[in-house]
Amino acid sequence: MAVESDVMEAAGPYDRARALSAFKLGDITFYWITRACAISVLLILGGIIISLVVGAWPAIREYGLAFLWTQRWAPSADPPVLGALGPIYGTLITSVIAMMIAIPVGLGIAVFLTEICPLWLRRPIGLAIELLAGIPSIIYGMWGFFVLGPFLANTFQPFMISVFDGVPVLGTIFAGPPSYLSLFNASLILAIMVLPFITSISVDVFKTVPPVLKEAAYGVGCTTWEVVRNVVIPYTRVGVIGGVMLALGRALGETMAVTFIIGNSFKIQSSIFAPGTTISAAIASEFAESDGLHQSGLILLGLLLFVLTFFVLAAARLMLLRLEKKAGN
Amino acid sequence: MNPIYASRRRNDIIIRTLCVGAALFGVTWLALILFTLFYNGLSGINLAVFTQDTPPPGSTEGGLRNAIIGSIIMTVIGVGIGAPLGLFAGTYLAEYGKHDRLTSVIRFINDILLSAPSIIIGLFIYGAIVVPMGGFSAFAGCLALAVIVIPVVVRTTEDMLGLVPNPLREAASALGLPRSLVIRRIAYRAARSGLITGVLLATARVAGETAPLLFTALSNQFFSLNLTKTMANLPVTINNFVQSPYVHWKQLAWSGALLITLTVLALNIGARLLGAERTSK
Repeated sequence: MAVESDVMEAAGPYDRARALSAFKLGDITFYWITRACAISVLLILGGIIISLVVGAWPAIREYGLAFLWTQRWAPSADPPVLGALGPIYGTLITSVIAMMIAIPVGLGIAVFLTEICPLWLRRPIGLAIELLAGIPSIIYGMWGFFVLGPFLANTFQPFMISVFDGVPVLGTIFAGPPSYLSLFNASLILAIMVLPFITSISVDVFKTVPPVLKEAAYGVGCTTWEVVRNVVIPYTRVGVIGGVMLALGRALGETMAVTFIIGNSFKIQSSIFAPGTTISAAIASEFAESDGLHQSGLILLGLLLFVLTFFVLAAARLMLLRLEKKAGN
Repeated sequence: MNPIYASRRRNDIIIRTLCVGAALFGVTWLALILFTLFYNGLSGINLAVFTQDTPPPGSTEGGLRNAIIGSIIMTVIGVGIGAPLGLFAGTYLAEYGKHDRLTSVIRFINDILLSAPSIIIGLFIYGAIVVPMGGFSAFAGCLALAVIVIPVVVRTTEDMLGLVPNPLREAASALGLPRSLVIRRIAYRAARSGLITGVLLATARVAGETAPLLFTALSNQFFSLNLTKTMANLPVTINNFVQSPYVHWKQLAWSGALLITLTVLALNIGARLLGAERTSK
């Protein structure tokens, strides 16, 4: 190894002492540089919290807790009336519907990749699913706006509306008219976007199942489905839930794709085919033209979103950590 | 056949079919999105896209030169700031503070920042840089991207250094090499392809980011290299053009979308190939 050999070769007694002290100095400097960088990660989190709280402070003072359950959003009124209920509702509803679609599909793909898929196909399909996560958010938005929205409004939405017409409860959830911009379209796009997160984490945790357990189950005559349901899923439950929470965290904060296709309406409507808005979509579409209390209100929305995703992601990480410990033992 | 066996077999077949269906469902979306991008974007790609600046509304000429260059500049600076910082932080977590309490806290926070909504990062930089500096600037955009890069690089660096076998370090230490040189000359070298993978993935992640640039770097319509003013960039330009009523703007937006997606996917695939090469060794 040619490490510092030039220094060592030339080393007389004095030079050697100098070289050693240079080593020591370098050692200490490097240690502190890395430590400072590591601590800067904490500073970023602190900075985010402080900057959001400072920015949101005027709105917190003006609206207080009522911000959370006021539905009216009238930034141009005098004084502006701002309530977060619409965006909060939209954020939760789109994320929940997205997870209802993405969880079964994502787990299905994970089972396919680990149990059913022939080996030679595993890599390409796994790669294709992972690439879904690589496509920029704005591309999903454009595609949802120009391709998926019109398609759903002309086929799927009228179909669901006519099927559930007159049925109590479901009839109001799937109420017309069909729309290019709606909560449901945003949910479907979100589902596609978080699919790779659920799949890749599930595949990873499925691999932690000791082969002996699965072989034993197959050995006593279990079918693939029974092995998955009775061996793989129970063994990896915590990890799968962690992956799902991680995907939920992503869905809650996703911005550009949703902004394009959700319609930016602050009114809460019972139909999922009606336009709505989410916290991130509201910020993205209004922030640039906002000032004063309106801007502060948008930052307060951002603070709410950050707190929400922080807890979801923290729960996800704790669950995944628990599984890692189990795998480590 | 025994009815229990028959129903077990039937269930199994149904579930297997559903799983295959799910995989097809996922792959179909990728194919559909790529098809749409090529269908709408390919016809608009010509030399003018790369040599002319963004046109005024209604014009039928012009390209995306300023936006492409602006995006490259901001991505390079963002990664240039974020990657070394993330690399050193990851080094601390993997090499120095392995059994430290501080490390587990930092690792936990870093994992949360890794998935934090990018629009929140935009709000953070707006409050921390744009407001005090008195206006939108490309530099604020670079910083926003850097904040997104850091957690990605920290995570991969820590993971990759963790894969370097300890006997390598022990051998180097036994030869009298100081700790910092063991890390820089031995551990970094052994983990090199993994570290590069991390930086490539981080670059892919920020190359298409739109939300944090909306109110940091903003965008503009002319060619500029001044980091203290707004700077044109591809994602925000696409965002503005695609929602406009002008045919040529829309065409440029689709071409830009195709360029950006191909770049990001190429970075992703490159990173994965590099990673795979490592694990197969």
